[in-house]
Amino acid sequence: MVSFNLLLAVALAYVAFLFVIAFAAERSAEKGSGAWLRSPWIYTLSLSIYCTAWTFYGAVGYAARSGLEYLTIYLGPTVVMIGWWWVLRKLVRIGRSQRITSIADLVSSRFGKSTALGVMVTLMMVVAATPYLALQLQSVTLSFAVFADAAGDSWLSEDLTRSALWVALGLAVFTIIFGTRNLDANERHHGIVMAIAVEAVVKLCALVAVGVFVVWGVAGGFGPMIDLIDTSDIAQWQQSSGRWVGLTFLSGAAFLTLPRMFQVLVVENANEKNLITASWAFPLYLLTMSLFVVPIAVVGLKILPEGSNPDLFVLTIPLSQGLDGLAIFSFLGGFSSATSMVIVATIALATMISNHIVTPLWLSSKGPGAVVSGDIRQLVIGARRLSIAGVLLLGYIYFRLSGGGEALAAIGLISFAGVVQVLPAMIGGIFWRGATRWGAVAGITVGFVIWAWSLFLPSFGPDGILPQTVIDHGPFGIAALRPQALFGITEIDPLIHALMWSMLLNSVAFFFGSVLTFPQPLERLQGAQFVNIFEHSEGARAWTTSTAEAEDLLIMAQRILGSNEAQVLFQQEAQRQGKAGYLPEVTPEFVQNLERELAGSVGAATAHAMVGQFIQGASVSVEDLIAVADEAAQIMEYSNRLEQKSAEQERTARQLRDANEKLTQLSIQKDAFLSQISHELRTPMTSIRSFSEILREGGMSDEELSKYSGIIHDEAMRLTRLLDDLLDLSVLENGQVTLNMGQGNLKTVIDRAVSATAHSPTAITVKRRDGEETIPLYTDLDRLTQVFINLIANAGKYCDAKRPVLRIEPRKVAGEWVVDFIDNGAGITKENQQVIFEKFSRLSDHRKAGGAGLGLAICREIMTRLGGTITYLPGQGGAAFRVVLPPAVNPVLTR
Amino acid sequence: MARPTKNTFLERAGYRRRRMRDVARVLPVLIGILFCIPLLWDRNGELGTADALIYLFTVWLCALGISAGIARFLTTDRSDDR
Repeated sequence: MVSFNLLLAVALAYVAFLFVIAFAAERSAEKGSGAWLRSPWIYTLSLSIYCTAWTFYGAVGYAARSGLEYLTIYLGPTVVMIGWWWVLRKLVRIGRSQRITSIADLVSSRFGKSTALGVMVTLMMVVAATPYLALQLQSVTLSFAVFADAAGDSWLSEDLTRSALWVALGLAVFTIIFGTRNLDANERHHGIVMAIAVEAVVKLCALVAVGVFVVWGVAGGFGPMIDLIDTSDIAQWQQSSGRWVGLTFLSGAAFLTLPRMFQVLVVENANEKNLITASWAFPLYLLTMSLFVVPIAVVGLKILPEGSNPDLFVLTIPLSQGLDGLAIFSFLGGFSSATSMVIVATIALATMISNHIVTPLWLSSKGPGAVVSGDIRQLVIGARRLSIAGVLLLGYIYFRLSGGGEALAAIGLISFAGVVQVLPAMIGGIFWRGATRWGAVAGITVGFVIWAWSLFLPSFGPDGILPQTVIDHGPFGIAALRPQALFGITEIDPLIHALMWSMLLNSVAFFFGSVLTFPQPLERLQGAQFVNIFEHSEGARAWTTSTAEAEDLLIMAQRILGSNEAQVLFQQEAQRQGKAGYLPEVTPEFVQNLERELAGSVGAATAHAMVGQFIQGASVSVEDLIAVADEAAQIMEYSNRLEQKSAEQERTARQLRDANEKLTQLSIQKDAFLSQISHELRTPMTSIRSFSEILREGGMSDEELSKYSGIIHDEAMRLTRLLDDLLDLSVLENGQVTLNMGQGNLKTVIDRAVSATAHSPTAITVKRRDGEETIPLYTDLDRLTQVFINLIANAGKYCDAKRPVLRIEPRKVAGEWVVDFIDNGAGITKENQQVIFEKFSRLSDHRKAGGAGLGLAICREIMTRLGGTITYLPGQGGAAFRVVLPPAVNPVLTR
Repeated sequence: MARPTKNTFLERAGYRRRRMRDVARVLPVLIGILFCIPLLWDRNGELGTADALIYLFTVWLCALGISAGIARFLTTDRSDDR
C-alpha cells in the first residue's frame, strides 16, 4: 500500500519539476534559443488544457452513467478544429493584428472598444468559470482522499478543505510567478506554456497507461473487451438525440469561447501556421484521451464493489489491483489536468479583470481629462496578481459552499453553457458588419439571465439559492417562468432546455438589437476591420487630427510599456519619418499604432481611453469616415490621372524616338551628301579645267575646238543647274519667293509637264485619264508644273521596271482634289519613305539621277507655299506620290 | 484604365490548393453529420454499443487523417485569401 506521505512527496517533487521546467523555458526564451517553444507541437499540446480533471476523472464517471454521451465533449472541439478554415483562422488573424488580449477584449474591441461590454463579458466569464475552478480543486482533493483512504486513514471534510486550500495557494504562487512576468498579453508565457505541454504529455500517458492496463491486464485483450462492453450496464445506454446534438454543439461552442481556450488558441498563438498542424494533431490528442474511457468505466463497474464513485475509477482500479506505481502515475495525470487548466484559466480571467475592470475604474477615479501619472505598469501587474489570487479564492469559496460531491460532469456542462452566451456576439461580430454594440449588449444580457435563471441558480440544489417552490411553480406563481420549464414547455432535459432558450433568445436579441440601432463611427471602423480582416490587416484610422505632444505620449507609453520598449517604439517611428531623436511627428497613423501597442498590454478599451486623454475630441466622426471615403476616391482619381499622364508620356516618348531616328538618318544622309556634292562639284570643275588647259595649248582643229568648248559649256551648265537648285530651295525655305497666281486647268499643267519630259533619255510611258483632268486651278501654274515635271522625271529615273509605266490619276479625296503619280517599280522602302522629302536625300547614287537629291525637297517646299501638300503614298505596288492640290478658289475674290 | 484583373483560371498547383480549401470547408460539416449517424441505429438491432464506439472512432480517425493530408496545401499567406 502506498503511504499518503509518499504520495505527497511525489506530488511535491512533480511540482518542483514543473517549476524547474518553467524556469528553464523562460531562461531559454530569454537567451533567444526558444524557437522550439513556438513550434506547432507545443501549441497543440498547450491546447490540451481543454482536457481538465473533468475529462480525466469525470469522463469515466460520465461514461459509467450515460454511455457514449461523454464523447460529445470531444466531438464538438474536433469539428471546430477540423473546420478551422471557417472560424479559427479568422479569429487568430484578428487576434494577432488587433493585439487582442482576451475574449472580453475581442468583444469590446469589435464593438467600438466599449468598456461596458468588456466589463459585462468579464463578469460573466468569472461567474461561469468559478464552479469550474472549484471542480478542479475538488478533483485534486478527492484524489488525495482516495489515497488516504487506501492507506487506512479516512479523511474528514476538514481535511478535504485544508488540502484544497493548500492546492489553491500553490497554484496561485505558480501562476503569479510565471503568469505575470510580462505585461503584454501577446508575449507568450513561455514557462507556463512549457509546463502545460509537459503536463499534457503526462496526463495523456497516464490515461493511456491505465487504459492499456485495463484492456490487456484486466479484460484480457481487445476481443474480450468488446464482449465485456456489450454485456455491461453501459450497453443499456439510451441516447437522447437532443442531448447528443446539443452537447456536441455546446462543447464546440465552448471550445471557442472559454477564456482559457481563447487564451491558448488565439492570444498565445505564436504563428498562424501552427493552427494548421493543430487542426489535426489536437483532434488526435482528443481521440487518444477518449479512447480508453469506456473500457475503464466498464471494467470499473465490473470489478469494483457496488457504489464506488465512478468518477475516481482511474485511480481506484489500479489501487484495487495493487499497482501502486500506476496509481501514482494516474494521480499525477489527474493532478496535471487540474493544475494546467487552473493556471491558464486564472491568467485569462486575471487579464480580463485587470484590463476591463481595475484599470478603467482607476482611470475614471482620476476624473475625466486628467492626465495619468504614476507607473501604470506596476498598477496593472499588481491588479493582475491580485486578480489571480482573487479568482482562485472565489473558486475555493465556491468549493467550500457547494461542499463537493456533485457529479463532476454536470458542473462542467453548466459552466460551458454560461460561456457560450458570448458566441452570437463573437461570431456575429467577425462575420457580420451590421452587428452593433447594443445588439451585443442585448444578446449577452438576455442569454446570461436565462442561463443563470434556468441552469446556474437551480444547480445549487433544491433550496440552495432558489426555493423549491420557485422551481416547481415559478416566481410569484407564474408558471411560464419556471426555471426548468420556461413558457410552459416541460419534459425537456434541463441542460438542453436552458441551452436552447438561452441561445435562441440571445441570438434573436443580438440580431434585432443590431438591426434596430445605429453603430457609432468607431464601431463601424472596427466592424469593417474585423469582418474584412483578410482584405486589410492594416487598420483604418481611428484618430483624425492630433493635438497631442509627442512627449506627453512618450511619458504615457513609458508607464505602460516600460521605458525601454516605449523609447524603442518612438525612436523607430521617428526614424521612419526621417527624424533624429525620440520624438516623432504625432500623425494619426502613429497614434493608431501606439494605441494598438498599448492595447496589447491593457486591452483595447483602456488603451483607447488613455490615448483619448491626450487627443481630446479628435476621435473619428461620421464626417471623418466620409472624408476617408472621399480621400480614397481622390486617390483613385489621382492614380487614374497618373495613368493617363503616363500613357501621354509614352506617346511623346514614341514621337521623340521617331524624330530622333529621323535626325540620325538625316545626319548620315547629310554627311553622304556633302561628300556627294563635293564630288558633283569637282567632276565638272575637273573637266572644265582640263579641257580649258587643252584649249589654251591651242593647235587643234575647229571641230575639236567646238567639241571641247561644248564640253566646258555643258559642265558649266551642270554646275549652274546645281547651284540654281540650291538657290531655289533656299529661297523657297526662307519664304522669299513671289508666286505668280493665276487661273488655269489641271489638264494643261499635266500636258506641259509630260511634254517637257518626253524628250529626256529616261522618258517613261505615261498613262493618263483624260476625262478626269479638267479641274480648274487657281495657283502658280509654273511652279505646279515644276512639281509635276520633277515627279515624272523622278519616275523615269528611278523606276526599275522592265517597261516603266507611270499612271497619273486625279481624284477627289475627302473634298480635296488630289493627283496621284504611281509607277510600276519596286517602290521605296519604309525607312526611306521618311527621308525622301528631306534636302540632300538621295536613295541611290547612280549618276543617271543627275541631280543632287534636291528635287523632292523643292517639290515639298513649293506645295507648302501653294497651300497644298505632297506625300508619299504607300501600298500602291510601286513608288507613288500624292499631290493634294490647293483649293481652286481665289482667296482675294472671296474675301 | 488598365487595372490588374484577377485571374479567372489558375495554374494547376493553385487550382489544387483552392480545391483543398474546399475540402477544409466541407470536412467539418460532413463529420458533424457522420457523428450523428449512430443516433439512427435501432437500439435493439444487431449494432451494439461497442460497434457504435468503433464506428465513431473510425470516422474520427479518417477525418483527422484527411485533415492532416490537406494541411500542407493550406498555407495562410495573405496573397490569395478569400
